[in-house]
Formats: sequence, structure tokens, C-alpha cells
Amino acid sequence: MNGGLKTTGVIFRKEFLDTIRDRRALASMILVPLIVIPLIIVGFGGLSFVVMERAESRQLTVMVLQAEEDPALVETLAGNPNLRVVEADADYADLISSRRVNAAVALPENFRQEVERGKVPRIVIHTYEGELSSSLAAQAVEEVLRGHLREIQRERLAGAGLAPEFLTPFTLARQNVAPPERVGGNLLGGVLPYLLVILCLTGAVYPAMDLTAGEKERGTIETLLTSPAPRSCIVYGKFLVVFCFSILTALLALGTLGASLWAGTTLLRAQADFGELSLAVSPSAVASVFLLLVPVAVLFSALLLAISLFARSYKEAQTYISPLMIVAMLPALVAAMPGVELTPVLALVPVLNVSLVGKEILTGLFPWGPILFVFFSTCLYAAAALWGAVCLFNREDVLFRAS
Amino acid sequence: MIEARELSKSFRVKGGQRLRAVEGVTFTCRPGEIFGLLGINGAGKTTTLRMLATLLTPTGGEGRICGFDIGREPEEVRRRIGFLSTATALYGRLTGLEVVNYFGRLHGMTEEKLAARREELFTALGIHEFQDRRCDQCSTGMKQRISIARSLIHDPEVMIFDEPTLGLDVLAARQITRFIRDCRERGKTVLFSTHVMSEVAKLCDRVAIIHRGAVRDAGGVGELAERHGVDDMEEIFVRAVGETANVVSVASGEDVS
Repeated sequence: MNGGLKTTGVIFRKEFLDTIRDRRALASMILVPLIVIPLIIVGFGGLSFVVMERAESRQLTVMVLQAEEDPALVETLAGNPNLRVVEADADYADLISSRRVNAAVALPENFRQEVERGKVPRIVIHTYEGELSSSLAAQAVEEVLRGHLREIQRERLAGAGLAPEFLTPFTLARQNVAPPERVGGNLLGGVLPYLLVILCLTGAVYPAMDLTAGEKERGTIETLLTSPAPRSCIVYGKFLVVFCFSILTALLALGTLGASLWAGTTLLRAQADFGELSLAVSPSAVASVFLLLVPVAVLFSALLLAISLFARSYKEAQTYISPLMIVAMLPALVAAMPGVELTPVLALVPVLNVSLVGKEILTGLFPWGPILFVFFSTCLYAAAALWGAVCLFNREDVLFRAS
Repeated sequence: MIEARELSKSFRVKGGQRLRAVEGVTFTCRPGEIFGLLGINGAGKTTTLRMLATLLTPTGGEGRICGFDIGREPEEVRRRIGFLSTATALYGRLTGLEVVNYFGRLHGMTEEKLAARREELFTALGIHEFQDRRCDQCSTGMKQRISIARSLIHDPEVMIFDEPTLGLDVLAARQITRFIRDCRERGKTVLFSTHVMSEVAKLCDRVAIIHRGAVRDAGGVGELAERHGVDDMEEIFVRAVGETANVVSVASGEDVS
């Protein structure tokens, strides 16, 4: 047993050194979490912030159709600093579609007279649905029109000798009572487990291929097999390296994610009114999710090792692994969707169960029964995958598949 | 000591059929002797050597290395052999020193023993000057020397060489043949396969001519020459496998059945 552990240790040290010297493996482990994640979060967040700000500060072009129906209202619209009122054109629909005009306000015929007579005429705002500037223009127009509407309401109430509160029997307000970490957990809960599961997988892919199919391709597997190292020790040594890279990638990602979220929210708070929104989650919740991720990393590492061991070359290994990536990402993605909750059946689905329990943990709930169930069922799957890898490594038809 | 008795190996090929790569190969190779397996490509040499090195499991017969059964005690067998072939490549991202240390440790050597043996081999093979260079930056000759040190680090009693000079230039090949002779002088049991007839005449004490998975003739080089009535190894080989008639007949379109 001692000899086996020592041999596994010797193999682990060598494989680790070998992998760490491989630029491609390092790139997949470090580049993704260290550069891509902050880039996505800060870059994407910053970009959307800038786009929003620019759209908001720009003057929006609005057209009033049949402006002669209420020149005073048109003047109020033109008085809004965010709006630029242009002359009416019969081709307003084309102009909006081609984004030369952001919105068009159509006043109905006899608008003023109908309002005065107590009828309820309808003003239609023509927009380009889904287009940011158009919806901002519509919002601004609506605000002005609502102000006008309230003004008429006030006049009518005053005419009838009623106070403005007559039409406001009560008011409504929302108040958040959840602690900030739960709010943050809810926001992050969907994304974080999904991201970590994927990173566990991407961190393991390259070393797994390199240490099996790569060895076959380079012809070093035969050299290794002529040594007295038991085959199981070879698998365990290689597996441990793949597992380490998987966990290290996820850890690095967690670190950079935390740092870039902190930087991102600080930046946003400094530049705009970001309200009470907090992305803080409790460290113990993150640590628990990470602990749950350990058997997932074992499962991925063993599976990837077994699959790429079967391949004769890198290329073949890539062909086998691509579908696995999709199969593994799908449950993680399903779990990230809002409304999907942990059920006894879903608790048995590997990857999905961990993502779902992770989601609950991040919102501050610790359902111990399901947590333990998910942890041990994933351990079981992981052990089976590792056993499969050892079995494959003992099969000469797999090790020496003719190319 | 290497003993092969009725060693056989068949592989499953596409369509569920079995390909018999080696059939009933029997020979013995003693300490202080170079035993050659001579045969053309695909004759079954590599499969035979891989079985003896416990990389493949025989489907029939048995093999013993220094008294240990290749099927039942593969790890004991591997402890006692050094295996070198053109297929046993080196780890490109490791240095020569790291590769040799790795294999020494895999053989369970203590650090002191490993250091002493490594020093001895590196001096003999002139590896010191490039021991810290990564293998993928070494020349073919340098790699060859590191491979030799790798296969000898645990001072094995038995050396198995599978076409060790294949694809090497004259100088690198000479280094290998010198090394094989050196192994014999040190009393090791040396088994080596080749399809180069001249290498057999130069190196081997005894030869087994293997063709289509079976041993067609075996004995000392002089003994074979006497039996077939010719001195030239190539001629001996052709007569032993008895294929010339077929080749000629097929070429002239005659029925040889």
C-alpha cells in the first residue's frame, strides 16, 4: 500500500511538472479565469453602462402627428431638454424603422375639444420595439404626457371643489427586508454554480487529453508501461493532476470573479445611483458550494481521463470530448434558469443536482438533507468514473489501439 | 534468463475475426548472450517482445523472465527488464536528468542509490553536458543516450531491444550496437529484434528467424550458415522462410498452389 502511494506520488509530481511546463495547459487554466472573466464582467458591465449613459444623454428625435390639435402640448414636449421635436412626415413609420426618428406621437382629431367635452381620446406613440433609443424616447414622451394628464386632473378636481388627494385613496411602496447577502445570493445563485461547473470542466480537459492521448501520440506511454509502476498507480497519479488543474481553475475563477464583481459594483456606485443592490454573498456559502464542487471535479477528471485514454490522438480525443462538454453544460445551464428547483428526481442527476443545491446555498439556505444526498451521490458517480478509467488502463486493446 | 514457451498472441480485428500475430514461439536466452529475433516488418517480433515485457498478455503459452511468470508476476518482471525501442520516446518537456530520475524512482530506487547509478551512467554516456536541457531540444543522438540511461538506471538483468536502430543515422546506430555488446560483456541477458540482416551477423550469438508469427529456424549464426549451406545472413533468412519461390511465381503469373 505504502509502495503504491509512493509510486502514485512519484507519478503525480512528474505529471504535474510536465503539465505546468505546457503553455497550452496553462493557457486553458489561467487565461480563461484570469483574463476572460474580469473582461466579461468589467468590460461587458462597463460597456452596457456606457451605452446606456450615452443613449440617455443624447437628445431624442420625436415627431408629433397632427400637432395643430394641441399646440400647447407640442410646446411642452419641445420644452423637454431630452426631446427634439421635428416636423411631421407622412412616412413616420419608415423614418422610425430607419432610426432617423426615435418615436412619433399621434394626436387624434379634435383632441382638445374631446378632452374638454369629457370624452377620452387616445394618444398613440409609435415606436421601434426593442430598440433602446426608441423606448427611451417613448418613456420621455410618456412622462411629459402623464404630467399633462395630471395637470388636467388637478384642474377638474379644483373645478369640482375637490382636493387633489380625492383620487388617491392610498399609496403603495415596496420595502426589501432580505439581508443583502441573500439578495446578492439570489442574483449570483443562478450564475455562480453554473460558471464554476463549467470552469471545473474546462480546467480538466487539456491535462486529461495531454496525459493520455497526448502520451500515446508522443510515444511515451510505452516507456511508462515498461516501468514496474502498477497501472492503477499510473491512473491515480494522472487523475490527481487533472483533478488539481480542474480545482485550481475553479478557484482562480472564483477569486477573479469576486475581485471583478467588487471592482464592477464599486465602479458603478461611484458613477451612478446604484441603489441598495448588493452582490455580496456570505463566504461560508461560497466555501460550501466549492466543497460540493470537489466530487464534481473528481467526476469530470475521471470521465475525461477515461474518454481521452480511449482516443489514439489529440484530435480523436477532442472529437470525443466535445459532446461531453455539451452534455455537462446542459444540466448546469438548466439549473441556472430561474424557477428550476431541486426535486428528489433532479437530485439524482449529476451536475444538475450540484448546481441546484449550490443555488439554494448561495441564497443563504442550507438544506442539509439534500446537500448530503447530492454530495454522496456525486461521490458515487465520481468513484464509478475513476474505476472505469482504471479498468480501461488495464486493457491492452485500449492502450495499444492501432492507429 | 528469458524463456518463451509456445507463446501465442491473437488480436480481434474488424468483423469479429481474430488475427494470429504470434503462434507458438519458443526460445531461451541465457545471461551473457545476445539473442536476435530476425524477421521482416509484421512478422510478429514486436508482439513477442511486448508480451515478454508484459505490455501485452499472451493468448497462449508462457514466458518467464529470471524465473518470474510474465502473466502472473508482471511487476516483478518489469523490475528486472530494461526495454528500449524506437517507440519508447522521452518526455519532451522534461530534462534528461528529470526523465532518468523519474524512471529510477518508479523502480523504487532510494535517492542515494539513484544518484550513484545516475552518475555512473551519465559519465559513461557523456550526458552531463546536456542533462539539464529539455528532451525536445535535444538531438536524436542525445535523446538516444538519455533513453539508454533511462532503460539501464535500475541495472536490469535482462535487456530487451525492439528494432533499436530503426530510423537512426550511422553514428547513433553504432552507439546502440556498442551499448548492446557492452550489456553482454556485463553478463546481462540480451534479447533484440531487427530486420537488418547485417546487425544480426555482427551482434548475435544465437538467432531465431521469425516469419508470419512463427519461428522458422533457430540456432547459432554459424550453425544456421552450416545448415543452409550459405554464409550470407540474408540468404540464410530467405531460405529459412522459403518465400522466394512464391514471390517469383506470383510475379510470373504462375499458379503456386
